[in-house]
Amino acid sequence: MAEHRLKPLTPLGHDRPETVSIGPVTLTEVVDQALASLAARQGREEEVAQKAKAAGIPLPAAARAEPGTPYGAFWLSEQSWMVEAPYASHEDIRAILLPLFGDAASITEQTDAWVRFDVSGSDLSAMFERLCNVDLRAAPDNLATRTVIEHMGCYLVRRARDRLSVFGARSSAAALWHALETAAHSAY
Amino acid sequence: MTQSNRIAGGQIDRTRTLSFTFDGVAYRGHPGDTLASALLANGVRLMGRSFKYHRPRGPISAGSEEPNALVELREGARREPNTRATVAELFDGLSADSQNRWPSLSFDAMSIKDRLSSFLTAGFYDTTFRWPASFWEKVYEPIIRKAAGLGAMSRLEDPDQYDKGFLHCDLLIIGAGPAGLAAALSAGRAGAQVILADEDFRMGGRLNAETHEVGGMTGAGWAVQAVSELSHMPNVRLMPRTTIIAAVDHGIYGAVERVSDHLAVPAPGKPRQILWRIYSRRAILAGGATERPIAFENNDRPGIMLAGALRAYANRWGVAVGRRAAIFTNNDDGLRTAADLKAKGVEVRVIDVRKGEEVVDSSGRLGLKSVTIRSGGRLETFPCEALGVSGGWNPNVNVASHHRGRPVWEPAIEAFVPGQGDIPGLAAAGAAAGRFSTRAALETGAAAAEEALSDLGLAVPARDLPQAEDGAYAIEPKWYVAGGKGRAWIDQQNDVTLKDVKLAHQENYTSVEHLKRYTTLGMATDQGKTANVLGLAVMAGLTGKSIPETGTTIYRPPYTPVAMGTLAGRSRGQEFKPKRLTPSHHWASEQGAVFVEVGMWLRAQWLPRPGETTWRESVDREVLQTRRSVGICDVTTLGKIDIQGRDAAAFLDKVYANNFASLAVGKCRYGLMLREDGIVYDDGTTARLGEHEYVMTTTTANAVLVFRNLEYARQCLYPDMDVQLISTTEAWAQFSVAGPNARRLLQKIVDQDISDAALPYMGCKEITVCGGLRARIFRISFSGELAYEIAVPTRYGDALIREMVAQGAEFDAVVYGTEALGVMRVEKGHVAGNELNGQSSALNMGLGKMVSRKKDSIGMVLSQREGMTDPDGYRLVGVKPVNSAEKLTAGSHFLDKGAAPVMANDLGWLTSVVYSPHLGSSIALGYLKKGDERRGARLRSVNLLAKTEVEVEIVSPHFFDPEGERLRG
Amino acid sequence: MIINHPILGPRDAQEFVYLGDAGLIERPDGLAEGAVDAFHDYLYLRDNPAGEHRELWYHEQGDRSWLVVTRNTLTHEITRVELARDVARAKGRSK
Repeated sequence: MAEHRLKPLTPLGHDRPETVSIGPVTLTEVVDQALASLAARQGREEEVAQKAKAAGIPLPAAARAEPGTPYGAFWLSEQSWMVEAPYASHEDIRAILLPLFGDAASITEQTDAWVRFDVSGSDLSAMFERLCNVDLRAAPDNLATRTVIEHMGCYLVRRARDRLSVFGARSSAAALWHALETAAHSAY
Repeated sequence: MTQSNRIAGGQIDRTRTLSFTFDGVAYRGHPGDTLASALLANGVRLMGRSFKYHRPRGPISAGSEEPNALVELREGARREPNTRATVAELFDGLSADSQNRWPSLSFDAMSIKDRLSSFLTAGFYDTTFRWPASFWEKVYEPIIRKAAGLGAMSRLEDPDQYDKGFLHCDLLIIGAGPAGLAAALSAGRAGAQVILADEDFRMGGRLNAETHEVGGMTGAGWAVQAVSELSHMPNVRLMPRTTIIAAVDHGIYGAVERVSDHLAVPAPGKPRQILWRIYSRRAILAGGATERPIAFENNDRPGIMLAGALRAYANRWGVAVGRRAAIFTNNDDGLRTAADLKAKGVEVRVIDVRKGEEVVDSSGRLGLKSVTIRSGGRLETFPCEALGVSGGWNPNVNVASHHRGRPVWEPAIEAFVPGQGDIPGLAAAGAAAGRFSTRAALETGAAAAEEALSDLGLAVPARDLPQAEDGAYAIEPKWYVAGGKGRAWIDQQNDVTLKDVKLAHQENYTSVEHLKRYTTLGMATDQGKTANVLGLAVMAGLTGKSIPETGTTIYRPPYTPVAMGTLAGRSRGQEFKPKRLTPSHHWASEQGAVFVEVGMWLRAQWLPRPGETTWRESVDREVLQTRRSVGICDVTTLGKIDIQGRDAAAFLDKVYANNFASLAVGKCRYGLMLREDGIVYDDGTTARLGEHEYVMTTTTANAVLVFRNLEYARQCLYPDMDVQLISTTEAWAQFSVAGPNARRLLQKIVDQDISDAALPYMGCKEITVCGGLRARIFRISFSGELAYEIAVPTRYGDALIREMVAQGAEFDAVVYGTEALGVMRVEKGHVAGNELNGQSSALNMGLGKMVSRKKDSIGMVLSQREGMTDPDGYRLVGVKPVNSAEKLTAGSHFLDKGAAPVMANDLGWLTSVVYSPHLGSSIALGYLKKGDERRGARLRSVNLLAKTEVEVEIVSPHFFDPEGERLRG
Repeated sequence: MIINHPILGPRDAQEFVYLGDAGLIERPDGLAEGAVDAFHDYLYLRDNPAGEHRELWYHEQGDRSWLVVTRNTLTHEITRVELARDVARAKGRSK
C-alpha cells in the first residue's frame, strides 16, 4: 500500500466502520473491499473467459454472484461483472487486473463508488420485503441483482441464506444505512 | 354509562373492559368490539350528521361499506377524520368524536339545510353556482366548504411511520370468509405460496356474524380452526387488518395493512400502516357481498340498518340495537336475521315484501321510535328502536372492475357479479361470485383454488369440505316504496334521494354516468357500496329499461379510503428523498457552510466567515479571493462516465456535436451534446486518458440522463461499436482549484511536475499526491482562471480538502461554494442550467460553430433546420445596467425604449443574474433577438411580476478576461 | 406491469424507464441527401396505435439494457420482449 499522508474516511464519515444489531440481524459497514468493473470487449468474450479462469476470477451467470479468494465477482450486465477483492491486498485493483486482461476487457476502478453494508441474521426477508421488490424467500443463495431501496439504486448480493451485501452509492451511505435500520426496527 | 344494549354471546372478551370516550362522554366496551358495536352496546345510535343536509345518522352497516358513521379518532397529531366507526377496532383509552356538526351532535345549527332541502336538490351545485364566477370563489365556496365536508384535519405533523413493502405469492386470496378459508386450505395444503388477506381484524367473514353450523360446529368455531391450521403452514401468510385496495396490472395488487391502528400509539419503530405491493401469479376474489337497502320515506334514522348488520351486532358482538326490532325483507336471508334476533330474546316483527307488506315511513328525530307498515291496504304503526332492511345482497365486485371490466347482471339473484376474465388471473368465489349459501361458498372457494393450482402446475389435493347449510335465497326484487311525500334516501353518504334520481330522469340525465355526476350518487368516500345498484334500479324503473340495459358504473381503486401518509410511506420531511453528500461535506459542515439542494446532492452554497452578515458578503469574498489568489471548490457532483473500447472515439463523435476523434491522449476537450431535435441538452469536458479510454463529465443535473442516452446510442443505434460504459461519479472526490496561485498551491500537493510545460492548458494526467496516493489532474477552467481539477479516491476527499486548505494558508486560499461558482461562470459567459433550458440551440448560445457538419452526430441534422438557424433568432448576450447601482432581475424581458410591455414587443429575456464584485455591478446573461447585432445597444429590462424596469446595455457575454489570458497563465 | 426480461426474467415495470416507439431504432443517415426530411419523419411522425405497439424500455434499475417490448396499449398485455441490441442488429444497424 502506498505511503502517503492522507487519512481515509469510511462511507459513513468516520474513522472506523459502523456496526449495529437490531433484533436478529446485524448491519455492518464493510470497508475491506476493492471493486473493479470488468467488461469484455466485443468479440473478445471467449478470451476474457479464459483469462479470468486462469487468474482465478469467477465470471458468474446472469443475476448471480460467486465467491472466491482473493477474487469474487457478481454479474452486472451481459458480459460485465463487478470483481471483488480484499482492499488490503488489492487497493489499486485496476492496476492489478489490467495486465491480466490486456486490451480484451475494459476495467474501471469502482472501489470508492460504492458503500457496502452487510446484513446477516435469520429471516432477512422480513426486513427486505419492506425495502425492495426482491423475493428473498424464493431467491437462490447466490443471487446478485440491482434493485431500488428508498429511491436509491442498489446491488443486492446474497452471500448465504442468512447473509447478504447491499451496495449503494457512496454519497448516500447515510441515507441507505438509515433505511436499513428503520426497516429492521419495523420488521423485528 | 352502562352497556344497556349488551346481550349474551358474541366474540368479545368480557373478561376485559376497555374505556373510551365519544364526544367527551365516557363509555365501556370489550376487546373484539368496534367503536360502533361498543357505542350501540351503550345505547348510542346517533353517530354523525349527513354530508349535505346535516341529518342525524347512525351506522347502517357493520363493515367497511358504512356511509354514515364517520368519526374522528384519537386526539392531537394522531387525530384521524372520516374513519368508519363500524371497522374501528376498540382500544383502551380511545377518544372519538363525531364530525360535521356544530355545536353538538344532537343540536346541529347546520341542520337548517335540511329545511332548505328543496333548494339543494341534485344539480343544485351544477346549475346554481355557475354564475357569477367571482361569486363562486368569494362567497359560495367558502360557505360550502364550511357547511359541507366531513371531518377536520389536525394540521399537525403525523408522528407515526408508514412503510411500503413488497410481497410475492402464487395465490392471493382476497377475503377470509368461508370461500377464502376453503381456498386457502386447499392451496395451503397443496404447498402453494399463499397470502390470505382480510380487512377485518378477525378472520371468518360472515361466519362470525351468523349462527349456521359448519362441520358440526359453529361457523365461527370452524373459522378459528381453519385459521389455526393455516397459521401452522409456513407457505401461508395470514394478513388480517389488510385491505386489498387495488388490482394493478399483471397480477400486482395493492394492499394496506393496518399494523397499529388498533393501538393507542404504535410500538417503538413499528409503522402504523404498511402499503404492500403484492406480486401474485393467481388471485381469488372472495370478498363477500354487501347488503342493499330498500328506499322508503325517512329511511335514514339512527336505528335503521341493513338486516345483516343487526344480525352481526347480535351474533358477533352481543349487542341488541333495539329490544324491539322490525325486519323489512324481500328475501329469505332477512328471515334468518329475524330468527337469530328472536333467539337472542329480541321482539321481532317481520315485514315481508313477498307477502305484499312494506314499510312506508318512520319516526324519531334523533333515533328510530316507530315504523309505519302497509299491509293488505292497511297502515299500522309499529314501535321499535331498530329496523333491519334487506333488499338483497350485491356481490363485492369492486376489485374485479379495477381494469374497467363491467360486472354482469345475474337475474337469479337480481345483482351484478364479476365478469369472467375482467382481470387476468383473478377468479371470484363465494358471495363475491353471487354464490350465497355457506356450502356454495366453501365449494366455489375450493374449486377456485384447485383451478389456480392446476394453472400453476401444482398437484391438486382431494377436496375435503365440511358440511354446511345450503339454504334458499328466494329474492323478489323490491327497490323502493312508491308514494310518500318525504324523502327516501338512496346514497346516505352523499345525501342522494329517490327524488334526486327522478329529477335527473326529468332533466334527461338518464345514462348511468350522467346520473352519477348529476346527483353525485356513489361519488362519496364509500363509492356507493350500498347505494349504486339501488340508484341504478330506480333509474331503470323510470326509463322502462332493464337494469342490465341501463348499465352500471364501475369502481376505482382504492377499495376503501387510504390515508395520504400511507401513500407517502417514509418519503416525507427530511426523508422525502435520500441525501447525497459530497466528500467535503463534513469539513464544510464544520465551517458552517450553507448548503443548497442540487437534485439529491447537498452542495455548499457559500461558506460564511465570522462577521459576515449577508450571503453577498461571503460570495463576494469567495470570488475576489479566488481571482486574486486561489479558490477551491468541490465539483464531485458533476457526472463522470468512464468510456472505453476500440470504438470509443468514434462513439464520442456520435454523441457529441463537436469533433472528438482528433483529441490526443492526455488532453481534455469541451463537448456539446444535442438532442436529436437539435436542441442542446448537456455539456462538459471529456478527457482522453488512454488510447481507448476516456472519462466524460456531465452537468450534475443530467448525469443520469446522459448515461441513459449513451446506453441508448450504444445498444439501439450502434450495436456493433465496441464501447463499454460505467459511471464513476462517486468513485472520485474531485476539486476545482482556481486562481493565479492554483499551480503554486497544487505543486505542494502533487508529487509530479505540473508546470505549464508538463501540464499545459487542457492537459490531463494520472499523478500521485501527498506522497503516493493515486490521483488524476485535469487542467480545465470554468472560472476563467488558471485552474485545475484534481481527483482522488473518494475516501480521501475529506483529507485532501483539509490538506489543500492547510497548504493554501500561505496564499490566503479560499473555499468557495456554488454561488461564487455561478458568479465566475457568468463573468466568463459560460452557459449553465438557465441557458441549457431545453429550448435553445448551439447557435442561440453562441456555440453554433461547434456543431460539426462533417460527421453524423446526434442532433446535427435537425440543428440545421429552418427556425433553428433563423438569423433573427435569440443569441446569448451579456447585460449590464446603465446605472451600475441598479439591480437586474432574472426573468426580466428585453424591450425597446418606448415599447409597450406586451409579447409582440418582446425581444428576449435575462437568463442568469449575478452581482460581479469585480465589475462592481449587477451583470447578467440573456437571450436577445439578433443579440450579436445589438452590442452596445441600450434597452429596457422589464419584469412585470417583480415590477422592476432597468435600462441596460448589451455587451459581450465575456465580461471578464475576454481573451482568456489568465487561464493559460 | 411485469416485463419478462429476456435475461433476468419477470421484473416490475417500475424498474424501467419508458422511451416510446421502437421505430426510434431506425435512425436515418445524417449525411445522406434529404436528411432533414428523413429526420423530421423519424422524430415526429409516429403511429399511436390502440392495440399492439412495439416500444423501447430501459432497465435503468437493472442491467441497463434497452428492450423492445411488444405491448397491447388497450390491455397492457405484453406478448414479446427482446433485447434492443438484437433488434437493432436484425435491422442492419452496426456502427
